[in-house]
Amino acid sequence: MKKYILKRFFYMIVLLAIMSVFAFVVIQLPPGDYLTSYIANLQQQMGQVDEAIVVNLRRQYGLDRPMWQQYFVWMANMFRGDFGESFQWKQPVKDLLISRMPMTVVLSVITLVFAYAVAIPIGIYSARHQYSVGDYLASILGFVGLATPSFFLALILMYYSNRVFGLSVGGFYSPEFQNAPWSFARLWDLCKHLPIPVIVIGLASMANVIRILRATLLDELKRPYVVAARARGLKENTMIYKYPVRVALNPIISSIGSILPSIVSGATVTAIVLDIPTVGSLLYNALLSQDMFLAGASVLMLTAITIVGTFISDILLVVIDPRIRLQ
Amino acid sequence: MNDYILEVKNLQTWFKLDTGTLKAVDDVTFSLRRNETIGIIGESGCGKSVTAHSILRTVQNPGKVLGGQIIYNNGNQPVDLVKYAPDSRAMRRLRGKDISMIFQEPMASLSPVYTIGAQMVEAVAVHQDKKDKKAAKELCMEMLNAVGMPNPEQKFNAYPHQLSGGQCQRAMIALAMVNKPKILIADEPTTALDVTVQAQITDLMKHFQKEYHMSIIYITHDMGVIAEMADSIAVMYLGRVVEYGSARSIFKNPLHPYTRGLLKSMPVLGRKSAERLNAIDGNVPVPLDPPAECGFCSRCTERMPECANCIPRLLEVEPEHLVRCFRYKAQKGENNVGK
Repeated sequence: MKKYILKRFFYMIVLLAIMSVFAFVVIQLPPGDYLTSYIANLQQQMGQVDEAIVVNLRRQYGLDRPMWQQYFVWMANMFRGDFGESFQWKQPVKDLLISRMPMTVVLSVITLVFAYAVAIPIGIYSARHQYSVGDYLASILGFVGLATPSFFLALILMYYSNRVFGLSVGGFYSPEFQNAPWSFARLWDLCKHLPIPVIVIGLASMANVIRILRATLLDELKRPYVVAARARGLKENTMIYKYPVRVALNPIISSIGSILPSIVSGATVTAIVLDIPTVGSLLYNALLSQDMFLAGASVLMLTAITIVGTFISDILLVVIDPRIRLQ
Repeated sequence: MNDYILEVKNLQTWFKLDTGTLKAVDDVTFSLRRNETIGIIGESGCGKSVTAHSILRTVQNPGKVLGGQIIYNNGNQPVDLVKYAPDSRAMRRLRGKDISMIFQEPMASLSPVYTIGAQMVEAVAVHQDKKDKKAAKELCMEMLNAVGMPNPEQKFNAYPHQLSGGQCQRAMIALAMVNKPKILIADEPTTALDVTVQAQITDLMKHFQKEYHMSIIYITHDMGVIAEMADSIAVMYLGRVVEYGSARSIFKNPLHPYTRGLLKSMPVLGRKSAERLNAIDGNVPVPLDPPAECGFCSRCTERMPECANCIPRLLEVEPEHLVRCFRYKAQKGENNVGK
């Protein structure tokens, strides 16, 4: 068990290193860089730009060196806690990420918990009452959840929450709490703002979990061990939760690794519509303006979340399924 | 006192499907004496397993026990199991305690995510009013020893996938026997096992029968096993018992054309290998809205005109030897046409 976790941990580190290369290459791929557009801007304002300034700028940002050198400088700096400077924001990338990362993680975890908490009971009900009215309702909810564009749902919910509940929409806080110090009132304000992003971002994952759970549980319910457990005199409900549901949860748990990043990054459009400051919207802007250090660090952060998510689901799977534990 | 521990009378278990009514069990009648074994034989799809699950009231949806009686007499007050709701407390108390069942696929019949020990202790604890885990564990260890499980201490903490097929079936038997049931239903318990292991398992069941004075319902399509195990035999075809009598009378003097066909299809030692086995032509039809005729008439070599017109009744042709066939005429005043 310990050995397994250590091994997984080692893989995780290797994977992170490989992904950092990819992250770096991907953000370098689009033609031009931030300086190209920056210099073009300068040219527009000042007419001619001195060649020396251009060379100087390139050297200053290290853009004159070959790509592999840039990568190693980038990585080396990162180990020292220096994520580089954002061209666009004129701020250290580290500060930008620190200001957004905690809320991104909080929002993601709450969304994940919400999606599971709603989807798992519905999925179980759906499988146990196959072809009942409730099952059809759950299926409809599932398909609607998968098919509704999240930004559209976000707009609808924003409109109604403003009209019906009179909430200020968008962002995590009402304007008066935006820069206020932490207090109970501010927390309550945050709680009032969370439901819409959580529902909007979580709906697709929820729909997915419902469908996966329904399908796997339907399979498990027909297994001989379920019949055998029933024939032993267990109460039907106890038996269902203890035997087939436990096995049917496996694919759900292994999907944490893939659901977590889709919540974090897939929420980008929603985040823009709802004007909530997450890493997703930060990344989006950074990519648009070719803000390479910010984009690189954001991509790497999102990748890290994915890999950590997979690591967690691997360990959970081992805890829950002895067949994996003993291999 | 009535000698029978279980009497199944005119049992009907139907599955209402979109495409029609699947009459999986339609008029099954047999009785089980104390300390005796009844063999239920028939081809795949003739309703053997559904009969077993009807007795335990664990028929899967949309199947429902719709008619007949299942009288269980544990010595005190006979009860009709058909009257209980499938998930009722009374029915659950009998399941695994008075009536246990072992299954065809031992590996798949144990939950893969719990240890053998955990599943056994649970089976004991669920029938205890005061939970005593320690005593339950001792009882389970005793039972694992009794079924001849090699290295029982270790196997107690093992998961099913760490056991061989034979060991799994031993574990299943230990699990079924741990509450010392009055009736053991064995649904093709040796079908998935090697022939050598088969013999060990059947011996084990006979041993327990003697030791705990229990009755066995042994379901199989293997005539050889049935000859060795059963005191009486019910031959099933298309959801009905077509012949029922002592094992001796059925092997010596099979009356129904189907039983004769089954017996002829057994391989005989010493027969030339080039000779083909005598199979019964055709397949068991699916009893989806079946017509009112003898279910076997489409495959029967001794068919008569009336066979396709109505369903024959189970008639006592010899003492304690019943058959459902128009070739055997009823006594005076009796009608051999069934419902």
